[in-house]
Amino acid sequence: MADGAAPVLDVQGLNTVFRTRGGEVHAVNSVSFHLNSGELLGVVGESGSGKSVTMMSLIGLLPSPPADVRAGTVMLGNRDLLKISADELRDVRGAKIGFVFQDPMTSLNPVFTVGNQIMEPLIRHMGMTKKQAAVRAAELLSLVGIPDAAARLKSYPHQFSGGMRQRVMIAIALACDPDVLIADEPTTALDVTIQAQILELIKDLRQKLGMAIVWITHDLGVIAGIADRVMVMYGGQVVEQAPVRELFANPQHPYTRALLKTIPSLTGAREARLSVIEGQPPILAGAPTSCPFHARCAHVNNRCRTENPQRRAIDGRPLGRGHDVACHWTPGDTHA
Amino acid sequence: MLDATPKAQTPLVQVRGLKMYFPIYSGLLRRHTGDVKAVDGISFDIMAGETLGLVGESGCGKSTVGRALLRLYEITGGKVVINGIDVASLGPEDLRRARPQMQMVFQDPQASLNPRMSLADIIGEPLDEHTDWDKPKKLARIYELMDAVGLNRRFANRFPHEFSGGQRQRIGIARALALNPRFIVCDEPIAALDVSIQAQVVNLLEDLQEKFGLTYLFISHDLSMVRHIADRVAVMYLGRIAELSPRDALYARPLHPYAEALLSAVPEPDPTLAQSRQRIILQGDVPSPANPPQGCNFCTRCPRAFEMCRQVEPELLQVEPGRFVACHLFPDTKAAGSTGGTEAKEHKQQGVSQ
Repeated sequence: MADGAAPVLDVQGLNTVFRTRGGEVHAVNSVSFHLNSGELLGVVGESGSGKSVTMMSLIGLLPSPPADVRAGTVMLGNRDLLKISADELRDVRGAKIGFVFQDPMTSLNPVFTVGNQIMEPLIRHMGMTKKQAAVRAAELLSLVGIPDAAARLKSYPHQFSGGMRQRVMIAIALACDPDVLIADEPTTALDVTIQAQILELIKDLRQKLGMAIVWITHDLGVIAGIADRVMVMYGGQVVEQAPVRELFANPQHPYTRALLKTIPSLTGAREARLSVIEGQPPILAGAPTSCPFHARCAHVNNRCRTENPQRRAIDGRPLGRGHDVACHWTPGDTHA
Repeated sequence: MLDATPKAQTPLVQVRGLKMYFPIYSGLLRRHTGDVKAVDGISFDIMAGETLGLVGESGCGKSTVGRALLRLYEITGGKVVINGIDVASLGPEDLRRARPQMQMVFQDPQASLNPRMSLADIIGEPLDEHTDWDKPKKLARIYELMDAVGLNRRFANRFPHEFSGGQRQRIGIARALALNPRFIVCDEPIAALDVSIQAQVVNLLEDLQEKFGLTYLFISHDLSMVRHIADRVAVMYLGRIAELSPRDALYARPLHPYAEALLSAVPEPDPTLAQSRQRIILQGDVPSPANPPQGCNFCTRCPRAFEMCRQVEPELLQVEPGRFVACHLFPDTKAAGSTGGTEAKEHKQQGVSQ
């Protein structure tokens, strides 16, 4: 990844707030990240950490109200997606940014054929005729590894298995040759052997098509296998960001460190007892005034309770380019 | 064998040739035209105090096994002996009397708790049903259970929606413990929870097992977690057991090609290892249990299938001490010595093709 090249997607200081009857929920707090061309950025976090909301905010998929994307810039090329009109944004969605959702069962329309649903973006965004679109749709289906593609275009979603449906979703997302593919837990609903198939497919497609991918997941194992760079989210914020090997070899944030320890290994030594992150994830009411992890952190001190830590680079490289962490504590530091 | 610890000697649960078919009715007259063979003749033992892991992909019948063991279904055939009683053939009144010793923890803590009942009512319901205790005695027991699973006593009058997923699962566990059961079926108890909460619940289950001498059937698709909690592991595929082995032996060297592929498909949280590891990518999907393939049910996806696999159904046989595999790649070596308290011939699967 060349540091000098302009990123495909550059997000700065994104804030998303949900207005609920119980008050404001700050689901995304000043999240910044960029995506280089051809890169796969893994976004890891638990449910409620803001990883999906962040990505949905980028392309205006959150209903407003209750959602309110308050601040930030989302630069795709030289356009700020938060400033352009709804019509322009519709042209971006599907054409420039493809989206694959978690549940292939509910994200396909059951009353239209699969072919119909793959052709829709082709006709809408690429101005193809129905005939051209049908040819291209068949190509896409074979690209994602569905045999007998031309015939399967006439099938309905219920005639496909879960893994096959996710392949169809990927075909739709790739239809207009997008610059960026956002995949939101695309393998979470699938069995491990099917997940392995989809991961292979993605690796293969990256080589063929070279698009940049944001891969959202809670599974650190999946991330380890496919990501170039990883962003760890907790409580609506980015708490750590690093190249994948660096993150697994040298985790800095207490949350990342604890998270890596709670997963039992399949091949390593078997521990008598799993280490645990005590407590519950935070409720994100009101603007953050403390570190979101302070109540569960093993290294908490007074500063953590009164001041939300900013991201800081730990390897001297510009923020976001190397390894950075949002934490007041440094490993080796005992907080006397 | 060396790992035959004192606790793993007498089988508490003996399952022989368990079959669970769900009928398919079709046509204008809704005639019985076939069966979904969710569980198709499986046999295994669970020793007292042991945790047997039951793993497999969705639709392989692992949850059905769990439910059939507790007779939440009327089973199609076979024997389920729990603590000396054949649960499969009990009449309704006897079954009710047998229920306290076998309980279940469900996958979805949201759906398995009645939203209109307070926590004390939920945990106390088994006591209402099976004891004639007075109120103070019940309440004392409810508090005792809440302490055991780490729920604050102040929560007794709250309702399920006020709790997080992990806490709800604790409520479900407390309810399962209420009648001092000996055997608990844990049906994907951690699947709906976040990674950081999963470890809390698994540690709790292990503590309770030690404290109360419980025997678990731990059903899960999470192979790393099963490696952590189980003593022995059964791998299911399409309604049958492909391999049943002691934990360490299975994870170190899976024998059945399906077990091997399944283990190799689990992503390891280690980028260096992920690049060097050879993965076995299985082609295709799991066939429908309404129409399983001829011969070995894995032959359509097996990378090592040969002619015999497509014709003859393999039996689950002991191929190494304590290790049972249903695969033609392993020659019949029944004489390999018997441990685990069971005879190899008792583990034969009952073929439907006969």
